[in-house]
Amino acid sequence: MAAQVGQLGDGERRKLLAMWETAPGLYGWLATVDHKTIGIRYLCTAFAFLLIGGIEALVMRVQLAQPDLKILSPDAYNQLFSMHGVTMIFLYALPMLSGFSNYLWPLMLGSRDMAFPRLNALSYWLFVFAGIFLYISFPLGQAPNGGWFAYVPNTSRPYDPGINMDVFALGLVFLGISTVVGAVNFIVTLARCRAPGMSVNRLPIIVWGTLTASAANLFAIPAVSLACVMLWLDRRYDTHFFDVAGGGQPLLWQHLFWIFGHPWVYALVLPAMGIVSDALPVFCRRPLVGYTLVAISTVATMALGFGVWVHHMFATGLPVMSLSFFSAASFVIAIPSAVAVFAWIATIWTGRPQFTTPFLFFAGFVMLFVIGGVSGFMTASVAFDWQLTDTYFVVAHLHYVLLGINVFPVIGGIHFWFPKMSGKMMDERLGRWTFWLTFIGFNLAFFPMHITGLMGMPRRIYTYPAVLGVGDLNLLSTVGAFMFAAGILLFLFNVARSLRSGAPAGNNPWDGATLEWSTTSPPPVYNFATIPQVASRHPLWEDRLRESEDRSIFGDGAAHGMLLDKGKETIGVTPLDAEPNVVLKMPGDSLLPLLLSLATTVLFLALLGQFIWVAAAAGVADFAILAMWLAPQPHAASEEVDVHG
Amino acid sequence: MRRAFLAGALVGLTGCAGEPLGYFDTAGPIASSIANLGIGLTAISVAVCVVVALLLAAAIWRRRGAGDAGIQPVNDRQPIRWILAGVALSTVFLVASAVWTLATVQATLPPAHPGLTVDVAGQEWWWAVKYESSDPSRQFTTANQLVIPVGVPVQVNLTSKDVIHSFWIPKLGGKMDMIPSRTNVTWIEADRAGHYRGQCSEFCGLQHANMAFDVLALSPADFQTWWDRQLQPASAPADDPGLTTFMARCAVCHTVRGTDAGGILGPDLSHFGSRSTIAAGLMPNTPANLSNWIDNTQTIKPGAKMPELHMLAGEVADVTAYLEGLH
Repeated sequence: MAAQVGQLGDGERRKLLAMWETAPGLYGWLATVDHKTIGIRYLCTAFAFLLIGGIEALVMRVQLAQPDLKILSPDAYNQLFSMHGVTMIFLYALPMLSGFSNYLWPLMLGSRDMAFPRLNALSYWLFVFAGIFLYISFPLGQAPNGGWFAYVPNTSRPYDPGINMDVFALGLVFLGISTVVGAVNFIVTLARCRAPGMSVNRLPIIVWGTLTASAANLFAIPAVSLACVMLWLDRRYDTHFFDVAGGGQPLLWQHLFWIFGHPWVYALVLPAMGIVSDALPVFCRRPLVGYTLVAISTVATMALGFGVWVHHMFATGLPVMSLSFFSAASFVIAIPSAVAVFAWIATIWTGRPQFTTPFLFFAGFVMLFVIGGVSGFMTASVAFDWQLTDTYFVVAHLHYVLLGINVFPVIGGIHFWFPKMSGKMMDERLGRWTFWLTFIGFNLAFFPMHITGLMGMPRRIYTYPAVLGVGDLNLLSTVGAFMFAAGILLFLFNVARSLRSGAPAGNNPWDGATLEWSTTSPPPVYNFATIPQVASRHPLWEDRLRESEDRSIFGDGAAHGMLLDKGKETIGVTPLDAEPNVVLKMPGDSLLPLLLSLATTVLFLALLGQFIWVAAAAGVADFAILAMWLAPQPHAASEEVDVHG
Repeated sequence: MRRAFLAGALVGLTGCAGEPLGYFDTAGPIASSIANLGIGLTAISVAVCVVVALLLAAAIWRRRGAGDAGIQPVNDRQPIRWILAGVALSTVFLVASAVWTLATVQATLPPAHPGLTVDVAGQEWWWAVKYESSDPSRQFTTANQLVIPVGVPVQVNLTSKDVIHSFWIPKLGGKMDMIPSRTNVTWIEADRAGHYRGQCSEFCGLQHANMAFDVLALSPADFQTWWDRQLQPASAPADDPGLTTFMARCAVCHTVRGTDAGGILGPDLSHFGSRSTIAAGLMPNTPANLSNWIDNTQTIKPGAKMPELHMLAGEVADVTAYLEGLH
């Protein structure tokens, strides 16, 4: 603990509370810009989409439980598998991680909020409305039906004339705005909104993961948004970007889609790997082994991730030379993953594991990560991939990656940070049951898919003949899927029960090392009464790790620190060394993000219905709201200060 | 020897040897060199999983001295060395696998002089097959079956008439996509006679699941006989009631060489009776299945481009008898 002892006066806390607290009632609910509220909303909404996508999966598993079943029509099946993919990849996996990062970043970094709180609210509202938009045609039986990959010309108008793929194309452009807005906010937050002393070599790994993913999204999202706009123009305005008869190229879609798609896959796992890198060590009672290596490998994975997209296109007849290059690159990308795996194992090995629920999820994750990794290694081989691609082997691989590396760390992470968010502990006994149900159910469902894939079962088929010999294994997968679902239900029950009657958590129930554990649970709306000062990677363990003489200053120890109570303020620092150089004035609650999202929703609905004048009016409304948003407010200018001078 | 053992182990793992789409139990040199690579990569992968599982278990449950369970000062120089050693070892295997992959790619490159060239065009949801010959009188078209001679490299030119499909005969070689506006070239070779299953492996809409075909590998002599036979016009008397009905109800879309039926929307049905499956690999070619197919097309293959014809029972029987007689 810090040497100074003192108590911050209640008066000061009341003053801060008055400035930061969201107004009560409906207005406050709609207008809040508190990153913690937004983070929890992200988590809940993304989880709701996980449940929807999960139900879709269960229905498909019933259809596939035995050969030649006729429970679903081919059309219904195609819509279900398309929406399952769209939901899980776009509406669950990234928003869920955004939820963690929104909630945790300012708390971990020692800031009072994200750099752009209103932008934060905007990205959430856009995400919700884009999610609803993508489901708007589902009740009509007209949901997107060309797969989440939406290959043309199967998704062009002659072969898919309904509104199905218009919803897809416009929906992804819509959602892309939310993602880009969120990504910009994370990047600027990292650069500016950290506690003094929180230099880049002290960042938690989840910050590295989200930062890397956000930077990647800035480059990746435009590719898919462009492709979707082109698809929509082809479909509704007779352009010929992909139309063979007009000189268009179907393979153009695949390149644009996978230039986006492969980096996106890494964006879905790197922050989750960060969750494990930060939380697993707490249960090993020691710091992560090889922090620098893991941080570098996070960035390296993303950089390499932009050079492997063609491995989704090994069977498209591209020249052997380029296939060989992308195959080799796909092998190389396994190296940074190996760094991380060995670092986690070394951390467990040299630590003293505590068998809590989060530990079980993180240790289980390591195994699933490796299984998903080696099946990726097999598909990286261009020659063998000519057999593997588009079989259930790839279905097994991608689910080991996306559930293994995203869902397991997420559930573990919720068990880990739930006490911080709610002030209550989750039930350990139920948690262990959740782990074993989901872990066994998951493997029972997805491991057999490796084998059905090696037996040649193609993907994206609504039924299969008995002669393929895969009926029994498919039945096993179906049983496993329902077992996994039971585990998720148990988890929800645990959350609900713990919210009501969980044991009180205290500030730091797990004895964690990072700044979020230095505040109360749940944290006050202003996060930190005085701005902490960071002296190491593990501020709360410094006295015990004894890495240096320097000590971080936070909590009661920071009674004489920067109070910043002349309005809604937080400290701004230099990007690399985190030297404080400005007091940032933070905006208050605002309805503008919600209004802008609503206007944008109207815009996209109008485009979907091709009501051009309505779309134009909505566009004008968007600009008007933006003008109000950006109107200069003299009192909000951040003041330059010479804090360290 | 070793490969046979490993293949046996994998086949054992994957159930039985009879899977028509399994690609470890192969029937030709291309598929076989890919299978060798696949077995190697699978073995490496399984070994990695086992090693990591053991490491993880040891890390979790290894005996630790009694002592303070609290946070203590750490010195990570040694564990970081282990991490780097593990990464170095992984890199060796990755590089070796990449080299093996590239060597396999080389081994599967098309030969300079194919013994036979076939054009296959994918369309929703069946396959048009055209046999090429330098002698135009020996060219002909068939559908949903590929007959090839054993021991001869066959070049297959792949196109699509509508959306993207993918041409895949697991026991003879890897996949190759069929993309409109492009002609992709692949090649296959069988080293033993028999039936093999082909399957569309790119999602292509409603009936992607039921877009398959039959491959029959024959000895070169049998293959020549088969080819000669295919060139013969259909042999049915002009007053066959089946032919009459066929001309009235089916000929708009289907061709039967030697008759006036010249439709090109559906599969060419010349010598239909000699084929082993119907409806693009969906069912064995038996009179009962054919009648059922003609009568209930949209129930059996919902979305298929062949409409419900609502033919009288007698008409169905006549057409069935006629088609099954086309050898």
